[in-house]
Amino acid sequence: MRIRCPYCGERDNGEFTYLGDAGGARPDGMGTDAAAMHDYVYLRDNRAGVHRELWYHGAGCRSWLVVTRDTRTHEISDVTSAREAGLARRNSGTTSGEAA
Amino acid sequence: MHYSVFSVLAQALRGQRDWKPQWRDAAPKPEYDVVIVGGGGHGLATAYYLAKEHGITNVAVVEKNHVGSGNVGRNTTIVRSNYLLPGNIPFYEHSMKLWEGLEQDINYNAMVSQRGVLNLFHSDAQRDSYARRGNAMRMAGIDAELLDREGVRGMVPFIDFDNARFPVKGGLLQRRGGTVRHDAVAWGYARAASDRGVDIIQNCAVTGIRRENGRVTGVETSRGFIKAKKVALSVAGSSSLLAAMVDMRLPIESHVLQAFVSEGIKPLIDCVMTFGAGHFYVSQSDKGGLVFGGDIDGYNSYAQRGNLATIEDVMEGGMALWPGLGRLRLLRHWGGIMDMSMDGSPIIDRTDIGGLYLNAGWCYGGFKATPAAGFCFAHTIARDEAHPHSAAYRLDRFATGHVIDEKGMGAQPNLH
Repeated sequence: MRIRCPYCGERDNGEFTYLGDAGGARPDGMGTDAAAMHDYVYLRDNRAGVHRELWYHGAGCRSWLVVTRDTRTHEISDVTSAREAGLARRNSGTTSGEAA
Repeated sequence: MHYSVFSVLAQALRGQRDWKPQWRDAAPKPEYDVVIVGGGGHGLATAYYLAKEHGITNVAVVEKNHVGSGNVGRNTTIVRSNYLLPGNIPFYEHSMKLWEGLEQDINYNAMVSQRGVLNLFHSDAQRDSYARRGNAMRMAGIDAELLDREGVRGMVPFIDFDNARFPVKGGLLQRRGGTVRHDAVAWGYARAASDRGVDIIQNCAVTGIRRENGRVTGVETSRGFIKAKKVALSVAGSSSLLAAMVDMRLPIESHVLQAFVSEGIKPLIDCVMTFGAGHFYVSQSDKGGLVFGGDIDGYNSYAQRGNLATIEDVMEGGMALWPGLGRLRLLRHWGGIMDMSMDGSPIIDRTDIGGLYLNAGWCYGGFKATPAAGFCFAHTIARDEAHPHSAAYRLDRFATGHVIDEKGMGAQPNLH
């Protein structure tokens, strides 16, 4: 598997570290109840199919990336920087975007 | 079918013509008391103990592929009970005791080989940590021995004791640990369950779980609807997909773990050995191949195959410990899908849906647990309460704070 880093080009997946699902937005810890924090911290959709996920290019540009990948085939359809994905979410005003 | 030296000799003279299938390849009946989803080691063991311990024989095991095609045929066959935490110790020791009596119990040669599991340590701090684990085991009545460097040298003289970064200082040995022939476990439990009246239904994929008034009523399958009073999920790797059929989200991510076998060589290593400074474990199969593995790939996957970066990492760990490995050729490697839970420990529990039971989250340690998981899950299904040995494996422990985190990694499943 290779990941096309927007800064470094196509690189071997051994250069990257995986964090997990980029789907859930972290609730406001002070303003929410324990059940919502439990769902955020512990529960996962764990889809078989297209999955948006956070990777860190530690052996390259040290950027956080949002990778869209099919968990059944490992085929990657999109890679964006997590900063851009986060800004796009903020600008669009949605609350269910990625935790960038 | 009865196996004995006489039946083997008689069949040899008759050209092996009269061997019969070891279990009935059943077609689904319209209704069962219990439908177990997943014909792997755990599902088949659950069916066997339901019949044997609880007298519940109107049971079906439905398997989407064939028996033994999933993780029970993909693991590295290691069994051990060298755990530290109170929630884990009684469960895994119960499993070890069931392994010790398994072949007599199910009258099947599972090649249980208590060749010893040796965990190496490479620093003073790691010695302290292993001594603590060994003491915890001995306090629970489990065998554990702390070996010094010379003790280890007596067992595995060929490893690199004076590696500049990771010199071998000693090891924690559980002599009762070892290996079991994984396929024979699936076949043996299938045969034993089938003999007691359990229907084993292969090539039957579950596509939905039907509910009425908060209670399950049966499963939709590729071979039609099967009515059931109770439905038990035992589908490690695909647990989240089955749970999604009843709108449940689980504290689980599916990850791919790779395993490897070398070309066959003469007997070289007579125990299971693990590297303490990297993630690498190795034993030798009876065919002569070295069977080894290491870390999971570390990203969500349902692909049953991994990537080269992890293969390289496992080989580097092996070479650091045992440079002679470099002269061997790799024969095969393969992948399986693991239920990686949020604290590295499994779940055997009821769910909020009446009649629906869950056995999941085994990370990459499910094989050694096969007998006890089946035993305890059968107890939970039959009596609607947890067996004392699996009482800590609750589904709600993440909400209540009673996590069982052997490695202390927190809610980061790819690090467990």
